[in-house]
Amino acid sequence: MAQNTKKRHINWKLIYKITYGYKRYLFGAIIAVLLTILFSYAIPMVTSFTIDFVISGKDVNLSPLVENLVSFFGGKEFLRNHLYLCGIAMLLLTIFNGLFSYIRACCVNYASESSAMTLRNMLYEHLQNVPYDYHKHTSTGDLVQRCSSDVEIIRRFVSMQFIEIVRTVTRVIIAAIIMFSIHVPLTFVSMCTLPITFAISFFYFKKVRNEFIVADEAEGELSAVLQENLTGVRVVRAFGQQKSELDKFTQKNQAYRNLTYRVLKLLAYYWGGTDALGYLQIALSTAVGIYLAATTDFTLGNVLLFSSYTGMLTWPVRQLGRILADMGRATVAMERIDEILSAPLEKEPGKALKPEIKGNILFSHVNFGYDYPDEVLKDISFEARAGQTIGILGSTGSGKSSLVQLMQRLYQCTGGHIDIDGVNINDIEHEHLRSHIGIVLQEPFLYSRSILDNIRITNPSADVEDVYAAARAAAVHDVILKFDKGYQTLVGERGVTLSGGQQQRVAIARTLMRKAPVLIFDDSMSAVDTETDLSIRKALRNIHGKRTIFIISHRITTLMESDKILVLEHGRLVEEGTHQQLMNKNGIYARIANIQEATGQLNLEKEEIGRS
Amino acid sequence: MSYIKEEEFTKKIDINLWKRLLEYALRWKKLLAAIIVSLIVVSFVDILYPLLSKYAIDHFVAQQTVDGLGGYIAVTIAVIIIQSLCSVCFVMGASDLEMRISYDIRQECFLKLQKLSFSYYDKTSVGYIMARVISDIGRLSEMIAWSIVDILLSFTFIIGCIISMFALNVKLAFITLAVMPVLAIIAVIFRTKILRQYRLVRSINSRITGAYNEGIMGAMTTKTLVREQQNFEDFKILTQNMRHASGKAAHLNAIFMPIVMFLSAIGTALALQIGGGQVLNGVITFGTLSSFISYTTQLFDPIQQIAQKFAELQNAQASAERVISLLDTKEEITDSKEVVAVYGDNFTPKKENWPPIIGDVTFKHVDFSYIPEEKVLKDFNLHVPAGKSIALVGETGAGKSTIINLVCRFYEPTGGKILIDGVDYRARSQLWLQSNMGYVLQQPHLFSGTIRDNIAFGRKDATEEEIHAAARMVHAEEFILAQKDGYNTQVGQGGIRLSTGQKQLISFARVILADPRIFVLDEATSSIDTETEQLIQQAITTVLKNRTSFIVAHRLSTIRNSDLILVIGNGGIIESGTHQQLLNQKGAYYNLYTHQ
Repeated sequence: MAQNTKKRHINWKLIYKITYGYKRYLFGAIIAVLLTILFSYAIPMVTSFTIDFVISGKDVNLSPLVENLVSFFGGKEFLRNHLYLCGIAMLLLTIFNGLFSYIRACCVNYASESSAMTLRNMLYEHLQNVPYDYHKHTSTGDLVQRCSSDVEIIRRFVSMQFIEIVRTVTRVIIAAIIMFSIHVPLTFVSMCTLPITFAISFFYFKKVRNEFIVADEAEGELSAVLQENLTGVRVVRAFGQQKSELDKFTQKNQAYRNLTYRVLKLLAYYWGGTDALGYLQIALSTAVGIYLAATTDFTLGNVLLFSSYTGMLTWPVRQLGRILADMGRATVAMERIDEILSAPLEKEPGKALKPEIKGNILFSHVNFGYDYPDEVLKDISFEARAGQTIGILGSTGSGKSSLVQLMQRLYQCTGGHIDIDGVNINDIEHEHLRSHIGIVLQEPFLYSRSILDNIRITNPSADVEDVYAAARAAAVHDVILKFDKGYQTLVGERGVTLSGGQQQRVAIARTLMRKAPVLIFDDSMSAVDTETDLSIRKALRNIHGKRTIFIISHRITTLMESDKILVLEHGRLVEEGTHQQLMNKNGIYARIANIQEATGQLNLEKEEIGRS
Repeated sequence: MSYIKEEEFTKKIDINLWKRLLEYALRWKKLLAAIIVSLIVVSFVDILYPLLSKYAIDHFVAQQTVDGLGGYIAVTIAVIIIQSLCSVCFVMGASDLEMRISYDIRQECFLKLQKLSFSYYDKTSVGYIMARVISDIGRLSEMIAWSIVDILLSFTFIIGCIISMFALNVKLAFITLAVMPVLAIIAVIFRTKILRQYRLVRSINSRITGAYNEGIMGAMTTKTLVREQQNFEDFKILTQNMRHASGKAAHLNAIFMPIVMFLSAIGTALALQIGGGQVLNGVITFGTLSSFISYTTQLFDPIQQIAQKFAELQNAQASAERVISLLDTKEEITDSKEVVAVYGDNFTPKKENWPPIIGDVTFKHVDFSYIPEEKVLKDFNLHVPAGKSIALVGETGAGKSTIINLVCRFYEPTGGKILIDGVDYRARSQLWLQSNMGYVLQQPHLFSGTIRDNIAFGRKDATEEEIHAAARMVHAEEFILAQKDGYNTQVGQGGIRLSTGQKQLISFARVILADPRIFVLDEATSSIDTETEQLIQQAITTVLKNRTSFIVAHRLSTIRNSDLILVIGNGGIIESGTHQQLLNQKGAYYNLYTHQ
């Protein structure tokens, strides 16, 4: 994004792509705009015509069309006696004007909403299909911001700015043509402040934007302070810090008030100043018009015509300045969105096979790193036969999570290879691979829908009894039933917040539903208490031998029953064996087991029964 | 702040509710007066313009003279300048008013939130409160300030127009104004419909944002579950709904404007036809006709402005109700007047009157229930001498946290009393107790700022040396100094840049520095790696020394080291004793750990 020096342009390619299929609506909108302008200009002309020609009875040069119309209706005298015809003409023009502005609005809306829809879908689909690594390097807040505000800016560009520019420019041109054809000097007088108004608006909004940003940031800080106070309310009270919190909040509240007021004040000057300019312009053209009417044969109708045209031009031109000043935002938004869309999608590195997967896993000299080839994992080799349970122990940052994520190819190993049932996983199609390996993440994500739907998310038509069974195995069935709405309880953003342990257990149930031949538990019982941990492990014992299971944990009790335990340290596989083998070896595993025993984290069962 | 729920739509405008909010505006009488004066000038000038043109037409054009044109221009310019100055004044005034109102209501809400009891926080999500204090209040204050301005401005303009028109010509006034009531009714109907539709659009929009959030936050889970395509299908339905809803809103909007234009054109056409005839008959002048045309074309805008404002007020009523209900929420735990007189309140404590605390805690026949029917504690009795540590064990939901909440006076007993140093704690202020209390949560909470700020949270006047000493005592200094900026390291919002274990250690240091007499610990169940775990165990031992402490314990080592273990269940103490005593008893404690 650091391309500030580069001159920005509207990304027409993107606009073309998202408006594809809806272009005729845009086209229709432009035609409707032109017609609306013509009709809106005709209305003051009727007034002017009525006053000059019909009422005052002056001889004005009429266009042949109007001349014919007048004679069709029976000439000036007839119109004078039937003044309502002028009124009806005006109504008809207004109706047409309204009709076309209605058509314009509908076309524009359909085109812009459809483009926004296309863009939103494009973004969503893209973000779903980029490699996971992409998400690791981008911030959620920033992405969501781009997908909502930036899309909105582009929608507005299509719906308002683009059309508004077309509209204002044609307005000025057509008005200029009509006015020049009536009276050249007065036209110059009537348009003399327009460039100034435009320039003021343009530069003003360019300048004031930074002030807006500052005020927005102040609001952000205000909410941050509030949010921290609310989430930390127990700490605040427990330390009796209400006073200092109030001071903190007051300070932010004041800053926000002052900064926002400053912006609003600047806006007030702007509106007041340009208002004055606009009114002065109207007054000027009226005054000169009056002077002309009083001293020459310039008609009263034309005076009124000029002052209404001036009024019809001033405000849109002021708006145009603002729109052009804001255009920078649209180009920045397009750039930011393009950046997302140009991120490469997840690819198949190999043959994309769909072999039968039983669960024999082989790691052969696997290296992995984000920035350097072996910064996270170095030369890992081991074998897990189908039906075995493998425990993995290692301190934070030792590479445990990366190791299991490699199996699902969320990342690709940078060296060596991983085989499943003899096939290199790089040659297995990623959806096939992932649907045969169930993984429960340490911080699992639940979708904002009911608990029931979350558990059967991979198979929405699954039988409710199966869901209950999975939930029982994950020791969460009784917890769910305690909620007011049971399995129908909504979770996530719009529903209740589950505790970390509850989330983990729902995620375990969800993964158990998949009946995948390989199951991975990435420290996924860290937030449940020891009792629940035990009951889940009991349930897992039932499927022991039927599936290949990997369990990452800090708890020796959780690992000790595994067929094989791997101990990782700084990305290397340092110990491998059964509980008893590793205890005898007296290495890291044994040390940690002893500490845990001493601090009483080991199951009391063994400890106390052994003692008594 | 994606917490936007679809609001219920109340039909009637609740006058009392708005009156209460209006009071926030009425506090600033001088400002209001300035706004009102300047906006009356503005609408007066607006009414004057057509009359100025009338004069010009009747005088200069009709009489074909330029006598006095200079004076006329001077007057016009003066009027424009006065009007612009006044409009700057009232826009600034209204902005000022808006900011003052939002400032005041926010202050009041925040103050309220500092006083509200935990029963409120247990029931209300942070997102909900945030949405009230930030979005609702912002919206309401804007609404109040600008409604006053817009409604008054439109109203004075309409009245002025009508008076002026009647003064010019009664018959013409009657005829042209006939359209206005119809216009007003249509405007009200449409504005309400349009706003309702836009609200639907907004709510779909917030769901789309939510879906993005979910799609991104849950990216890894989605990949592991191979749900990309299904998610996308769900999302497409949302965006389609969005297009449909906003199309409908645009449609309403697009049809409304032409109808209004048409009605106002009827007014103009009537004026033109009848007024034109009158000009021909010499009843009125050209100037009068032209000012009538101006008035009829200009009247429409203020009428639909008022309609829009009322629709907005109606629309914002739900926000207003929620904000008022926050301000009106009863504080369940308050200090009595007598207590405040001696001890001061939470914001202006009179520390000179505070007796020192020793830390002797007694529960006397304490009953407690969150909901009236369900007693969590029944006739609970316990005496903890100063300096002793109590471990609370028992099943989830047995009432361990309740005891802690009661000790901290986050909740008060529903029956019986709790004595601190032999005196009912309600006879002293909350702040007195809580300033002498240290508290470490399962999920340690840090505030954004530096590590130093966080350690000094409970004692802002602590010296650098004291802060370091506290960190050293809980073995946190090693990792603090390993950070790039040492004690000046920013922890990020909620301490996000530190690991859970590190946050725990800092929260222990925070307690050590505050040096409370009573310490409360809700031990974390989550497992952290064994090395950090050991540091935390050592920190706990340090903190417990010489303090009365209550611990919801999960670690056996913590339990063993405490002076007394209480097994909580069935609304009271099932068993109590030391670790070995309880094991020998082979009762509930023994079962809790072995019988699974």
